[in-house]
Amino acid sequence: MFNYIIRRIFYAVPILIGVNLVTFALFFVVNTPDDMARMQLGIKRITPEAVIKWKQERGYDKPLIFNAEAEGVTKLTRTIFFEKSVSMFIFDFGRADDGRDIAREITTRMLPSLGIALPVFLLGLLSYVTFALLMTFFRATYIDLWGVVLCVALMSISGLFYIIGGQFLIGKLWHIVPISGYGNGLDATKFLVLPVLIGVISGAGSSIRWYRTIFLEEISKDYVRTARAKGLSERVVLFRHVLKNAMIPILTGAVVIVPLLFLGSLVSESFFGIPGLGSYTIDAINSQDFSVVRAMVFLGSLFYIIGLVLTDISYTLVDPRIKLE
Amino acid sequence: MPFKPIVLWTDALIYLLLVVIVFFVWYVRSNKHLLEPWRRVGHSTSGMMALTLLVFFITIGLLDTVHFRSAVESNRDTESGTIYSAEVLSLLDVIATPLRTRLEKTYSAPFATHLYTKETIELSDGKQVREFPRLVFGGANLQDPKTQFTADFASRAFIGLSFGIFIWCICAILLITLLASMGGHKFSETLSIIWRNETESPWKYVLLTLALIFSLAGTAITLSAHYHILGTDKVGQDVFYQSLKSIRTGLVIGTLTTLIMLPFAILLGIMAGYFKGWVDDVIQYTYTTLSSIPSVLLIAAAVLMMQVYTETHLELFDTIAARADLRLLFLCIILGVTSWTGLCRLLRGETLKLREMEYIQAAHAFGASHWRIISRHILPNVMHIILITTVMDFSGLVLAEAVLSYVGVGVDPSMISFGTMINAARLEMAREPMVWWPLLSAFSFMFALVLSANLFADSVQDAFNPRIKTSLIRIGKSRQGKQGNKLENKVVVSIIRDSTSP
Repeated sequence: MFNYIIRRIFYAVPILIGVNLVTFALFFVVNTPDDMARMQLGIKRITPEAVIKWKQERGYDKPLIFNAEAEGVTKLTRTIFFEKSVSMFIFDFGRADDGRDIAREITTRMLPSLGIALPVFLLGLLSYVTFALLMTFFRATYIDLWGVVLCVALMSISGLFYIIGGQFLIGKLWHIVPISGYGNGLDATKFLVLPVLIGVISGAGSSIRWYRTIFLEEISKDYVRTARAKGLSERVVLFRHVLKNAMIPILTGAVVIVPLLFLGSLVSESFFGIPGLGSYTIDAINSQDFSVVRAMVFLGSLFYIIGLVLTDISYTLVDPRIKLE
Repeated sequence: MPFKPIVLWTDALIYLLLVVIVFFVWYVRSNKHLLEPWRRVGHSTSGMMALTLLVFFITIGLLDTVHFRSAVESNRDTESGTIYSAEVLSLLDVIATPLRTRLEKTYSAPFATHLYTKETIELSDGKQVREFPRLVFGGANLQDPKTQFTADFASRAFIGLSFGIFIWCICAILLITLLASMGGHKFSETLSIIWRNETESPWKYVLLTLALIFSLAGTAITLSAHYHILGTDKVGQDVFYQSLKSIRTGLVIGTLTTLIMLPFAILLGIMAGYFKGWVDDVIQYTYTTLSSIPSVLLIAAAVLMMQVYTETHLELFDTIAARADLRLLFLCIILGVTSWTGLCRLLRGETLKLREMEYIQAAHAFGASHWRIISRHILPNVMHIILITTVMDFSGLVLAEAVLSYVGVGVDPSMISFGTMINAARLEMAREPMVWWPLLSAFSFMFALVLSANLFADSVQDAFNPRIKTSLIRIGKSRQGKQGNKLENKVVVSIIRDSTSP
């Protein structure tokens, strides 16, 4: 088990290197730093000096991969590739365009992001499973049918509408909670209620339907027939036997998302004005701050890969039949 | 009027897609066993109703795909011959010319005769008052809107409704005649069979859906001749026109993305599963790497780079439409890059299973080449997976477009899409008094499109593989047993939806 985890972590390294190469190619090879400088400074009022200054300020004034002018090892280290891409492995993301340290910014913004994402995840999982189980209990009745219809309808609404509608109804019309903003400590709760609620509702359609299929598949298995043949009531069969077994695919499917919760969500954070990583990324995209976007891409893939490893581990924890060699 | 046909990149791909679909239909029709699941799709009520609505949307989208540049009248006799206007129009633009050209000053509510904001108006006697000015076009035929509006609205709506129902009657009669001649019954017999819903396909519900569409369309068309039926936006453009234009953008994103990514996903997925060994390792490494980058961020990064490229190479694009179109195509490509991995993974798993089958081994024993085995024996047997993924992805992609446009990495701002409409509507909701109609229009059109796509996808999935969802889990589990040490995603998670949903 332990060996397996160690090996998995080693398998993750080439993937991270791959991600790094992809982002490097995307940001520096497709467009040269000169192109970026011209874009940022504006096409019209551009002078060669301004471009050089822009590149110098950001450390883009070095060769891409190989520095022929330098000595010894610095031939490889005094390059854009080494300074901007390789350094990410030790979480040195450099500075944003406004001069702040990106790594520090990320650590302070992680908490508000988690403040929305974690409740959404937990409450969501709990309520989706409950509803899916209820629909399975009432399967092949009108309750089930209309439940599915409702799920498909909910799925067909863009997440943006949930946010705009929720802000309008609860915040603006009923004045229950503030529309957007953020506070510190316990003060933050009242700002988080609305985004969490909307987050749970907007994911409901697809997840409930998906869990329902998992339950329905589980219910057609042999052990369920055995349990029924023993004379157990449908309630016991469903809530004790089926629920336990169906939780295996549900939980392991959910684990992969857990690390990504740190990244928050792009859309709802910026709508609700929560200073998390999601709104940080959106601001960076809108102001075309390439170094922040690059850092977030790297961080996102890192979290995703951690999620994959966790998924594998969780398989063994919840299902003793699976052994990792 | 002379005109010059323009084939934008996405237009060309849509035509290609049409050719592919025609070929596919012809191929399926000639194979009885392939036709069978499609029959089952045809028998599902919700599927057929959804398909009817989809066909309606697709028709609008296709009308909006035929592009041309019309000649500029005044400069006809210059040396270079006819000069064409820089504005690229489509057939839909021509049909909806009144909607497109009748610009108001700014916001006006649906069916309004006055602007939504007060302005200072100078009366004939020199006095100035602040009030809501009349619209230039909306309800311009009314002398006194307060008293005449209801009667005018009702009569026009009635005319439009009857017109729509009239057209529907013609269509229904044609359809029933066709069915009657195919089934060998009399017209009246067929009619009563349809009415009692005893036909194989639910023609009754198809006709009902058509009736709804035609009466709504008839009413909307007649009323929009004299009113802005969904109001106007900030620059006074008709919102109904914008909603119609958004349909094509949504359809293009939903279909072309899949069209672009399909060849890669199929080829690589089957190769990985079939050849195993280092080919498998390389392909798995590629798709794991790509799928481990959160898709929104990858798209954002790629689109940012695309922006830099277009800004620095402005000379490559002769019209705004060409630039917006290339950005749309690029968006499709990059969405394809992020979404091909899921299908590739599924195909690899299925091929791994198939290649151990006895009939494949028999083909090997007969000395069939790899290419022949793949194309004749494996590809037809994974076709249902490809098809189901294609239809299932569609609605997700349409929804993703809206989110991406909001994030600022979606379609070109000059291109009308649901995303740009919602994005603009966000600020309008905060106005006092609130401007609600652009959001409501975008919502209704998008909801209808995505809902019909979802329902159709469901019935296709049911027909082709009632147990597809369970089989997805199976594939995940069986792979885990065999390849537990490879770093890859075990559970099929729609990455786009996870990371874009709020």
